[in-house]
Amino acid sequence: MADYYNYLIVVLLMVMGLYIVMAQGNLVKKLIGLNIFQTSVFIFYISTAKVSGGTAPIVIDGAELYSNPLPQVLILTAIVVGIATMSLALALVLRIKRAYGSVEEDVILEQDKSC
Amino acid sequence: MMQSATQLLLLALVLPLLAVPGILLARNQPNLREAISLLTGAALFIVNLCLFSLGEGGVVLVEILPRLAISLELQPLGLVFGLVASFLWPITTLYAIGYMRGHDEDNQARFYVFFAIAISAVMGLAYSGNLFTLFVFYEIVTFSTYPLVTHAGTEKALKGGRTYLSLLLGTSIVFFIPAMIGTWFFAGNLDFQPGGVFGEEVSPIALSVLLVLFAFGIGKAALMPFHRWLPAAMVAPTPVSALLHAVAVVKAGVFSVVTVVVYIFGIDTVAKLPITPFLVYLAGASILLASLVAMRQDNFKSRLAYSTVSQLGYITLGAFLASEAAVAGSLLHIVMHAFGKITLFFCAGALYVAHHKSQISEFDGMGRVMPITFIAFTLGALSIIGLPPLGGVWSKWFLMMGALDSGYMIMLAVLSISSLLNIVYLLEIPARAFLKPAPEGATLQEARSSSVLAMTITALMCIALFIYGSDIYEFIRSARLT
Amino acid sequence: MLSHLAVLQVVVPLLAAPTCLILERARAAWLFACLACLLSLGISIALFMQVEASGPISYALGGWEAPWGIEYRIDALSSFVLLLINLVAAAVIIGANSSLTAELPEPRHSPFYVLFLLCFAGLQGIVATGDAFNVFVFLEISSLATYALVALGRDRRALFAAYQYLIVGTIGATFYLIGIGFLYSLTGTLNMADMAQLLPGLEEQRLVAAAFAFVVIGIAMKLALFPLHGWLPDAYSQAPSMATAFLAASATKVALYLFIRMYFEVLGQDAVNALFPVGKLFLLLGAIAVILASLAAIRQNNVKRVFALSSVGQIGYLVIGVGLGNALGLQAALLHLFNHGLIKAALFIAVAAVVCRVGGSRLEDFRGLGRAMPWTMGGMVIGALSLIGVPLTAGFVSKWYLVLAAMESGLWPLVALVLIGSFIALFYVWRIVEVAYFQPRDGAAVSEAPLMLLLPLWAMALANLYFGIDTSLTVGGSEQAVNFLMGSRP
Repeated sequence: MADYYNYLIVVLLMVMGLYIVMAQGNLVKKLIGLNIFQTSVFIFYISTAKVSGGTAPIVIDGAELYSNPLPQVLILTAIVVGIATMSLALALVLRIKRAYGSVEEDVILEQDKSC
Repeated sequence: MMQSATQLLLLALVLPLLAVPGILLARNQPNLREAISLLTGAALFIVNLCLFSLGEGGVVLVEILPRLAISLELQPLGLVFGLVASFLWPITTLYAIGYMRGHDEDNQARFYVFFAIAISAVMGLAYSGNLFTLFVFYEIVTFSTYPLVTHAGTEKALKGGRTYLSLLLGTSIVFFIPAMIGTWFFAGNLDFQPGGVFGEEVSPIALSVLLVLFAFGIGKAALMPFHRWLPAAMVAPTPVSALLHAVAVVKAGVFSVVTVVVYIFGIDTVAKLPITPFLVYLAGASILLASLVAMRQDNFKSRLAYSTVSQLGYITLGAFLASEAAVAGSLLHIVMHAFGKITLFFCAGALYVAHHKSQISEFDGMGRVMPITFIAFTLGALSIIGLPPLGGVWSKWFLMMGALDSGYMIMLAVLSISSLLNIVYLLEIPARAFLKPAPEGATLQEARSSSVLAMTITALMCIALFIYGSDIYEFIRSARLT
Repeated sequence: MLSHLAVLQVVVPLLAAPTCLILERARAAWLFACLACLLSLGISIALFMQVEASGPISYALGGWEAPWGIEYRIDALSSFVLLLINLVAAAVIIGANSSLTAELPEPRHSPFYVLFLLCFAGLQGIVATGDAFNVFVFLEISSLATYALVALGRDRRALFAAYQYLIVGTIGATFYLIGIGFLYSLTGTLNMADMAQLLPGLEEQRLVAAAFAFVVIGIAMKLALFPLHGWLPDAYSQAPSMATAFLAASATKVALYLFIRMYFEVLGQDAVNALFPVGKLFLLLGAIAVILASLAAIRQNNVKRVFALSSVGQIGYLVIGVGLGNALGLQAALLHLFNHGLIKAALFIAVAAVVCRVGGSRLEDFRGLGRAMPWTMGGMVIGALSLIGVPLTAGFVSKWYLVLAAMESGLWPLVALVLIGSFIALFYVWRIVEVAYFQPRDGAAVSEAPLMLLLPLWAMALANLYFGIDTSLTVGGSEQAVNFLMGSRP
């Protein structure tokens, strides 16, 4: 079991993130949940890339075994994508706050229903 | 000048459509506009005559998917129907001129446009070379006549139109399309061929189901209990009711039923199916019930509508009796009933336009006010009842022969009783008009002359058809039906 | 130059996007975007013809050979889908200027074109690339652009719709990422064709199933497959009209493309179905989507929402075609993918034209438009007939194939379902037609839509008629794609 503790953490983070996205009514908190969820996937990728006994995939003297560099590169890309998503989402939340005066989901829905 | 069948068939389809831009361009000049309609109608009839003289030929317009094509094909059934419809189009146009002007209707250009589109679709339907083509044109007829039915644009007209459209489209989607898909599934193609498309191996049960689907799916044949659209469509202006709901639309329905029986199933196959007796009885019941309902209608057009439902039952009955004589009788009845019923509708419209009378109880003594109208009416009614010397006698005769051939004695009784009922509900009208005293201060006042001319022509045709009835019968019998 | 077509397909709109940002004037940006889209359309036609003539094209990005480098792979399936998106994009961009002038303030025009082109590039990238991770990147490029496009909508509700779409879309994309992670750790490759070769020999088929589940759920969110369709009606009805026209006709179609690619080529439907009967699940979900979404569409008062819900229903048909699992079903799905793209493009451009002149898309806004805007409504009616599946329109062809496929599998209830779906479609379309043609218009007079909107509208409407009559291109193209997919793993 101990061999798989990284996956346990990943699953835990993933479920936590998803739960926050669904359960929270606050738009910013939802985004935090989304971020945790995404990060869990990043960890998953990077932990699969670890080769037992291997070192970071940077060419240094004396190192024989390297971890797989490809997932790390992929996740670099994914992180960039994640940042873009998050900044867009926050910009949206800002505009929602200006338009509705609130970032609470139920308040917004209530306002739309009335008009 | 010899023209090939291909070009003529295309011309029959396109000619009415060519009138559309003309009508639209001349929408503010009634004389020019209606001259275009009339001329196109006359030309279309000539095209159909040429087709008649050619007798055979066909053209594949476009093959959409493998074995699924839009194609036209000359065959005797279609020729009979095409000739009738194209002959009555210019006559109805003539009548409509008097009616629409006398009534000062709005949107007259729109009226003539959709009229032309509907006729084009009827031509396509008459000369369909396969079931798919027939279906396509059948639906175009439905759509193009909807604006005609709701022409008045009133709440009532829209309601009637809704019933009309939903029943016709509903039956065709729920029954007709599955029937077509089933045919494709069992036969692998949808082509019309004498003797039918199904192989020996297809089980009679499956064929029975398909036949029932067709019988109800072709809602325009108004087989009870799917007849409600026909009375509902009577909200239309009378020329529409006359051409479309005595000739084009309803005849498109029964024509489709006959075509399906003859060219998809094959007469011999239908005769052997276990379901056929039930359909025969259903058609018989439709004939009698509709007659009984018609007797109780005071509104003139409603009575005519139910009378039509009953008469369509004759044609459907002939198809399901499934003998050559009966099918020929059916086709003959398409012709005879078309001329008879259109005369009656013309009279109904004339009464409405000239005197604003639409209830039968108001017709007392009107015979003296509108003698020509009521004489024409009497002739049309006698033809529908089936008395000599009028055309209707032939079709009833051959239908009865067909019933004998197929061994349905009880249908002889049904046909006889129905004739009696016809006498009761149709002849009541001229009896009231001629025998009851005329209303106070009534003077001779017919409808407009073009309308009177139209109804005179159709009434005289009823007599002419008595003389030439056997020729038409011979023509149909000369064709290969099995 | 010719050998670079595969990558140019993506690069052209991708580079055009920032250029539009520099061209600040709305009109200049529009013209440039038009140019880019037309160029891209030309490329897609060239690719389609090339693939038809000489088989799949493989392009190694940066000269790194597959499976190590990123491969761009244009085969029968992708060239077919590329052709559709390009047709739609060209039609939409041509009409965009007129529609935007009526809907958005001038300074927001060039951002619209930037986002449009980015989204376009992203969608094309998903189709063109042969690398599973590259798909994720393009998926996010197109999605991010889409969120922003939706948020451009006039109403403040657009913001919230965009936000909700963002949440769902990001979760979907992340699910996809997890699935790809599994597949990578199993096979050690990201190249889809390579994966397809390696997967069947693996011992851990259950892990493959898990990967498939993640991938499918991720894509299903993008696809708006029932029950994950909640975001679609809001997003489509709030986005600027022309953005909706483009998204409805292409975004869900690309998601379906990806779905087909994964299900049939990479994982292999037999292998997946041996573990879990997903085919049946798709049939069930598709059937529910068709019925529920269509019924919901009848009750809507906003025409954009009617068509948006209708899209959810039509996606049901697509998934049914996939779920049937036979060659005819897959062909029906591909045909409907193409035809439905054309249908929805025509319908939403027509709605855009109405919004442009009347200012809204509620049902009562359509009153009397049959007379006031005859060309617009005429085009819409053709699109609607095609949506119902009337013979001689494109919609008929795909439904016919779907019915044949259902019959081949002996699933008669599905035949009935297709017919019922068409019947319900008739109802919701009819409500619009009746209001437009049979109710008088009150209030200010309305003039016909501008020519630049009518042109794309009628191009799409006529395409619907054309592909309903001459089916050689669509049927031939989809058949090649099916042969390719079914042949790759019999």
